[in-house]
Amino acid sequence: MATRRPDDPDAVLTVDHLTMRFGGLTAVDDLSFKARRGDITALIGPNGAGKTTVFNCITGFYRPSEGMLTLRHTDGATHLLERLPNHAVNRRARVARTFQNIRLFSGMTVLENLMVAQHAPLMRASGYTLLGLLGLPGYRRAEAAAVAKATAWLERIDLLRRADDPAGDLPYGDQRRLEIARAMCTGPELLCLDEPAAGLNPRESADLARLLRHIRDEHATSVLLIEHDMAVVMEISDHVVVLDYGKKIADGPPREIREDPKVIAAYLGVEDEEVAQVDAEVGLTIPVAEEARP
Amino acid sequence: MDVFVQQLINGLTLGSIYGLIAIGYTMVFGIIGMVNFAHGDVFMVSTFIALISFLGLTALGISSVALAFLLVLIVTMALTALWGFSVERIAYRPLRGSFRLAPLISAIGVSIFLSNFVQVAQGARNKALPSMLDGGLTLFERDGYAVTLSYKQILIMAVTSVLLLGFWYLVQRTPFGRAQRACEQDRKMAALLGIDVDRTISLTFVLGAVLAAVAGLLYLLYYGVVSFSDGFVPGVKAFTAAVLGGIGSLPGAVIGGLIIGLIETFWSAYFSIEYKDVAAFSILAIVLIFMPSGLLGRAEVEKV
Amino acid sequence: MAAASSASPAAILKDAGLFALVAFGLCVPIVSHRTDLGADGLELTPRWGLVAGLCAAIFAVRLVQRLVLERRAARAVLTPSPHQATEPVGAEPNAAQYPSSLGLPRLGLPLFVGFALFLPLIAALASGGLSPARYWIDLGILILTYVMLGWGLNIVVGLAGLLDLGYVAFYAVGAYSYALLSTVFGLSFWVCLPLAGLFAGLWGVMLGFPVLRLRGDYLAIVTLAFGEIIRLVLINWTDVTGGSAGISSIPRATFFGVPFKAGPDGFSALVGLPFDPMHRIVFLYYLILALALLTSLVTLRLRRLPLGRAWEALREDEIACRSLGIDTTKTKLTAFALGAMFGGFAGSFFAVRQGFVSPESFNFLESAIILAIVVLGGMGSQLGVAVAAVAMVGGPELLRNLGFLKAVFGEGFDPNEFRLLLFGLAMVAMMIWRPRGLISDRMPTVALGQRKAIGKDLVREGHG
Repeated sequence: MATRRPDDPDAVLTVDHLTMRFGGLTAVDDLSFKARRGDITALIGPNGAGKTTVFNCITGFYRPSEGMLTLRHTDGATHLLERLPNHAVNRRARVARTFQNIRLFSGMTVLENLMVAQHAPLMRASGYTLLGLLGLPGYRRAEAAAVAKATAWLERIDLLRRADDPAGDLPYGDQRRLEIARAMCTGPELLCLDEPAAGLNPRESADLARLLRHIRDEHATSVLLIEHDMAVVMEISDHVVVLDYGKKIADGPPREIREDPKVIAAYLGVEDEEVAQVDAEVGLTIPVAEEARP
Repeated sequence: MDVFVQQLINGLTLGSIYGLIAIGYTMVFGIIGMVNFAHGDVFMVSTFIALISFLGLTALGISSVALAFLLVLIVTMALTALWGFSVERIAYRPLRGSFRLAPLISAIGVSIFLSNFVQVAQGARNKALPSMLDGGLTLFERDGYAVTLSYKQILIMAVTSVLLLGFWYLVQRTPFGRAQRACEQDRKMAALLGIDVDRTISLTFVLGAVLAAVAGLLYLLYYGVVSFSDGFVPGVKAFTAAVLGGIGSLPGAVIGGLIIGLIETFWSAYFSIEYKDVAAFSILAIVLIFMPSGLLGRAEVEKV
Repeated sequence: MAAASSASPAAILKDAGLFALVAFGLCVPIVSHRTDLGADGLELTPRWGLVAGLCAAIFAVRLVQRLVLERRAARAVLTPSPHQATEPVGAEPNAAQYPSSLGLPRLGLPLFVGFALFLPLIAALASGGLSPARYWIDLGILILTYVMLGWGLNIVVGLAGLLDLGYVAFYAVGAYSYALLSTVFGLSFWVCLPLAGLFAGLWGVMLGFPVLRLRGDYLAIVTLAFGEIIRLVLINWTDVTGGSAGISSIPRATFFGVPFKAGPDGFSALVGLPFDPMHRIVFLYYLILALALLTSLVTLRLRRLPLGRAWEALREDEIACRSLGIDTTKTKLTAFALGAMFGGFAGSFFAVRQGFVSPESFNFLESAIILAIVVLGGMGSQLGVAVAAVAMVGGPELLRNLGFLKAVFGEGFDPNEFRLLLFGLAMVAMMIWRPRGLISDRMPTVALGQRKAIGKDLVREGHG
């Protein structure tokens, strides 16, 4: 699947003319952007802007109606994500993700969650189960290594003392961090986080920001995140892409985005009167459908 | 051609019966999302109620076929409704909102109980009813092959049509129907809006049982023989019909029933009668694998 | 919950009366009139006495039940349970975990195995000789067959969370594989056993491949359909399978090539014992015990391997699995194939034990019994499945020993007739009593510190 395509070597993910239609509804409309290697790229936009749909296309849960999604590894190999089966997006293209409504294996322990994430290397080490059934030492070593990796991550997210507790029993903020650690245990080139700060208190948000910076700086992993918490976005992201009604309306460093009038009007939740006011200021005509937004 | 027309008539007759049973499956699945495994056996119980009622009326000396039919219809509907109600109340309601497999196992338990209950109470032998409604109309005759539409078949199709019309009115135009559709969408919200969810679900089972009772009576009239083990295969075929039509869709259940009836009769006529049940089961598997939303059902989109 | 905190005696009486009334309605006319073949067609025999008896019994049972519930409710008010506390999230020590109660499940399986190992000896000592103990050893074989089937299906349903209602098909494939291979090609049991498992596993893959993307009840129904199709084919493909008559005179099991027979080249001569036909039975007993233990051992091992962990993860959340790079189709298929393989082993054991196979042994009821054993045992629990198999298969056997009831109900009364009737009732009752099965906790497969059982409220049941 690794093919060469003339492309920006700096970009870990290149989204070209991505369009996703559900019946008559176009959720994502001709979206193009790049996520650079080593960056934290934020994808923002109002509710229903199509952010999660973009994520689902990138991570193989949806097959895009049109467009190309190219992932380039550090070693230069490229993967066309839209052509890979769902699970191969993680296994081969090394894209990991978390979910908006946390999807942990709640009846398994914290440690087991991180072990499942290391399925592929452990499968190989267990000789696709056959050798593991015989209890050969090679597998035992691999398992010990996997436990060590999991332990290191648990230490990093400060959950080591709860390693043997069921994941479903953790408080919300811990579950969020565990899901990120679980995704990281698959050794991804690109980590996609769907609203990682949702439902966190300020202290937990700060912890999260630190964790994401650690991931960016200490691992060869770039981060793409959807986020509503502007404080988090502005603080940690290197690059921001703004979506509205499935279309890109702005793209740039956080400083610029913060001042972009289109973004202010479309996204930052201004009152109806203020919309008109901003409208007048920037000379934009907002389509009538805008009123339908709750 | 003549054989074809004759099989078409036979198939539609059989299909009406399957359709009536299928509605019970599809309604229950629609409202509580479970396959009511015992529905086929409730149908079987109704055939026995109808059989014994007929014998009882004969013993009482009621000789008018029309009167007997009407009385038996009412008795069978009422008593089978009680079975439908009791099954839901005892075996399913305590498990609502519980572990997903529990109601299924419970339903299988009810199914085993019902067939063995009838076996213990009535014996394992086939029970035959003397034919009550003979003769029919000869539609046309060619080369010695007469295409006939028997009175039984007319009765079955007429009763089915009338009942379906009444039933359609009930679910489309009455407060009960509205409550039922609301419960299908969101049971918790419906309860918050003052709909008695338990009652609505109970009524759904009762209605399903009533339609199965009609099917049971017609089945008895059509074949003239019933047995305690007659619940399983017609049950699976009716379920196939419900799936084929798109589970949850009422018109789908009827259309699916007719299609299954037609396939079964044509398969028996043109291929092999031994494998007719294999045909039904294969269709069930094929439909579920290749078009799980059926003909009229809604396609399910995976929520990520 | 149904009973309000305190109901007046009148209300309880009224309630019981209502139950009796409904029971009356259900008894009419199926119990009240028996149809018998008379001189001219069916005749009705009224049995109102029986109906009255049944209604009285229902009245009494409901009365007692209500009174017991009343008392329990009254007591519960005085002693609130920890479950009435708020949700367990964040509670520490963990509200859903209780390491102290682990003694039983942990010791239970060795106890069960230990008892099973010595059962022939115990039975022989208790009934004074091998031959009188035959009934008990045969019962042991029957129960162990279901234990093995339960453990095999447990892989599919309990671990991977895939609902399979046609498991008996693989049992049938195993049985017919041995029957055909041994009668047509003259292969010995020890050659056929792995082949039968292999065939069953292959069938598992073949049937599993198209259906495994279905979810929940749909998967259950398709597997049911496949199970029935295989049975109907066995009935109708007379040339190969012998149709409804089945295949008979299947070679008996040998002691690794040495037949169990009197004479110089028989098993008894080999080990220097006087010939006893019971040797074969005892051998069969240990054979099925070994097969069952193999199933259990492999399952326990697999749970600690990545494959087994992936099965359980699949049961917990399929979408999350895919996001972690797990090929869910392959993972499901392996579960299906392995479960089928053990079913196939059990099937060839069935054939060698009976010496005869026919399609009637592989009907839907068998699948339902096996699934009920797994669910009642508690999905994923080895000990639970074993206990459930003893209860579900051994329980009805008790009915055979209730001959004294004839004195009460008259000569025509045969308690055995009620076997399946009570079996169905028991399935319903047990689901209401313990919807998650007897042992519903889950033991973690790996731990840094002490392994603590995970409460049933957190463990998911799978979607497919």
